[in-house]
Amino acid sequence: MNLFAALLFRNRLAAAGAVVLSIIGILALLTPVLPLQDPYTTHMGSRYLLPLSPGHFLGTDGLGRDLLSRLMWGTRLSLAVGVVAAVGAGTIGSAVGIVAGYFGGRTDNIIMRFVDMLMGFPYILLALAIVAVLGPGLMNALIAVAAVNVPFFARNIRGITVGLAHREFVDAARLSGKGHLKILVTELLPNALPVIVIAMSTTIGWMILETAGLSFLGLGSQPPQADLGSMLGEARSAMITSPHTSMVPGAMIFLIVMSINLLGDGIRDALDPRLRSGALARPMAATLVRRKTVPGPTGEGLLRLDDLSAQFHVGKRVYRAVSEVSLALAPGECVGLIGESGSGKSVTALSVMGLVASPPGVITGGAARLEGEDLIGAPYERLRSLRGSRVAYIFQDPLATLHPLYKIGDQLAEAIRCHHPISRSEARKRALKLLADVHMPNAAARLDVFPHELSGGMRQRVGIAMALANEPDVIIADEPTTALDVTVQAQILALLDELRRARGLAILFITHDFGVVGQLCDRVAVMYAGRIVEEGPTAEVLAAPAHPYTARLIACVPELGAGRRRLPAIPGLPPAVDRLPEGCAFAPRCEKATEACTKGEIVLSGAQRRWRCIHPEPVA
Amino acid sequence: MGRYILRRLISAIPVLLGITVIVFLIMAMIPGDPATAILGSYATPENVARINHDLGLDHPLVQRYFIWLFNMLHGDFGRSYSLNRPVIDEVLDRFSATLILAGVSFVACSILGILAGVVSAARQYGAADKAITFVVLIGISIPSFFLGMMMILLFAVRLSWLPVSGMYEIYGGGGPIDLLRHLTMPAVALSVVATGVIARLTRGAMLEVLRQDFIRTARAKGVHERRVIWGHALRAAMVSVIPVLGLQAGYVLSGAVYIETVFQWPGIGRMLVDAILKRDILLVQGGVVFVAACYVLFNILVDVAQSLLDPRIKT
Repeated sequence: MNLFAALLFRNRLAAAGAVVLSIIGILALLTPVLPLQDPYTTHMGSRYLLPLSPGHFLGTDGLGRDLLSRLMWGTRLSLAVGVVAAVGAGTIGSAVGIVAGYFGGRTDNIIMRFVDMLMGFPYILLALAIVAVLGPGLMNALIAVAAVNVPFFARNIRGITVGLAHREFVDAARLSGKGHLKILVTELLPNALPVIVIAMSTTIGWMILETAGLSFLGLGSQPPQADLGSMLGEARSAMITSPHTSMVPGAMIFLIVMSINLLGDGIRDALDPRLRSGALARPMAATLVRRKTVPGPTGEGLLRLDDLSAQFHVGKRVYRAVSEVSLALAPGECVGLIGESGSGKSVTALSVMGLVASPPGVITGGAARLEGEDLIGAPYERLRSLRGSRVAYIFQDPLATLHPLYKIGDQLAEAIRCHHPISRSEARKRALKLLADVHMPNAAARLDVFPHELSGGMRQRVGIAMALANEPDVIIADEPTTALDVTVQAQILALLDELRRARGLAILFITHDFGVVGQLCDRVAVMYAGRIVEEGPTAEVLAAPAHPYTARLIACVPELGAGRRRLPAIPGLPPAVDRLPEGCAFAPRCEKATEACTKGEIVLSGAQRRWRCIHPEPVA
Repeated sequence: MGRYILRRLISAIPVLLGITVIVFLIMAMIPGDPATAILGSYATPENVARINHDLGLDHPLVQRYFIWLFNMLHGDFGRSYSLNRPVIDEVLDRFSATLILAGVSFVACSILGILAGVVSAARQYGAADKAITFVVLIGISIPSFFLGMMMILLFAVRLSWLPVSGMYEIYGGGGPIDLLRHLTMPAVALSVVATGVIARLTRGAMLEVLRQDFIRTARAKGVHERRVIWGHALRAAMVSVIPVLGLQAGYVLSGAVYIETVFQWPGIGRMLVDAILKRDILLVQGGVVFVAACYVLFNILVDVAQSLLDPRIKT
């Protein structure tokens, strides 16, 4: 609760809303004891006095009544009506909702059909019909406003109750012999209450506005009694000659409703955990780059990463997702980047083309060079012209990564037309050719289907076709087979291998599966906690891993026909990258760790094969 | 698609019937004798009997409902006592005025709201986002009838740019230019709240969509950021915006009641309020049923638009 209040008040606007609302509320409560004139005493000699007239701070209305006094009494009345209507609608609506949600079945069906029917009305029609029956009057307007809001509460609270009704504590209460009523009141109501209260408090503003509206139309409070709406309605006839009489009540309604809205927004934000973690931030067109120095190129390669570092900045926390990763990719070469989830392999791959979601991602150092040109911090337009045309990506889950509302053919054609100004029909022809290239069965018919109409394997073929669209030099494949079943996985791997050999593509292949690396990759780099811990030719690393972590990872791969070998899991968990220990990050999980492993920087040493360990396994 | 529209139309029939039942029941709950209420001081026994007969009140409730329904299906909504004219004629006249006002406002608030929401999301926490968020907050907090009055004061009285009220000039009025001059202020006043609500919702939906994987795919393909936002992201966000547009149409229609009063617009909202004050029950009944039915049909249109946009909806 304290955290909630703290969050609420960190939002300055919400705090301002709360303060304004409290002041108005307290003044409304105190109105009967404040030294105000009588709001009903007319004085025909002093009609339409301007504000700041002696004796009348806000002036007088058309009957010479003191506006300040009428404003305070009107505010009191409007607030009271709003609160009563909200509580009334909330109570009845919640009762209906809880009953419908708890009993379910036919009861639920009948009630909700009726509720939907009521919600099918524009609200004012229903309110007008009710007022037509009951006759004009503040109480009747209140009933009408409360009644039209009952369905809103019923629907919301039903949703919550349905979720609660099948939980263990309700079953337990039922088994203990409690009656329906007792379960509703003692088990369900307390759990739904916070939502009910929040919904009520956020609808008060709405209720005030609606009753004020009915009063404004002459259907609510009747003279001489006046709420803010009827004050405004009465002032309308003198709007042109004495505008202050309408501005005073109008401004008050505005102030009340705005402060309730501010407070309501603040409450919603404070309750939304995603907003707190920054997860609702939208990623920008390219990852933020904040680096002090640019390291020189450390070697050859079509695509080279030099000491690349990337972090996530969430609030005050800094997650060092990638720390000084250096990696080279030669033309036609396939390099595997392997590691557990959270090891930084995907972030490394996405950093190359500035695709790490930012915020919260920031590239904090290093370079990614394509034929010597540094892509980190390149102007957006340059980066965009290289994306997909020179360096293309294949992503993991093709259902999530293809646009759900565009046809396959259009998505492929767009990939081409982003970089080549060709006609639609020409692009469509090429799209068809691409689908044929990735062995899509019945390719021509697939151009006009949507992603959800394809199987997972076919979707990934589309993903690959899209990556090939502009005949790139480098393909970065981010776990392209993880979401697929094993037979499809084998087909996709075979396809990638075939394309690579036929077109001389360089592939950076990201995976957590050594089996896949063994099939496809010439070289492999192993990542742990944001760093490369070992790198070398695939065959050599597989045969004799130097880093104990690599050794444990390889031991996790089951071998076909190798008998009943126990698969040893690696004990412990990878470290959180916002609190990396000194020395080797794997030391706490390593059997060979000594005191030296937890001190200072352990460097990646070696030439053709490199490892970051002071107690390497014996390498042949 | 044709079959889908047909199915939606058929599924609307019970909803429409439900609406007539609800309206009929509410109206049947009127306390006292409607004939006396209508006739006031003219309530001689002969007149009461005649009115009761005209209203069909000498039949049992269920029979009365079916007579009323049957007549309505034949375009007979009864006769307005206060206006001495068939209800349906008055309703159609008045509804066409409301349709112009609410229709223009609805189109304006949809376009403006979506534009503002997209810009706001694309520049999240930037100057444009803050400015839009602030304006939207004021827009959704200000009572439309108060805003309308203040607009009259400023633009009609002080600046004399636009006419104070009405739909056409009384003398020598008419024509689209005259209509447009009269329409501008009420349409703006009516669309402000809905624009704000739509802008907020669009912003939220866009922020949600922009975090999706397929947006990253579009960027990885080299699609220009402008097209990522206004094409890929907006298209996907519309899936959650369109149902709210249907809902907002109801709010615009509701707000029209106030705005028509403020600007003396000869629409159906003003007619209903007058009818209630004059206790012209048949006029209220007919007006409410007619508008509610139009609203239900409009929402079918919204559903159809939604199914055109989202191929995942089974049609």
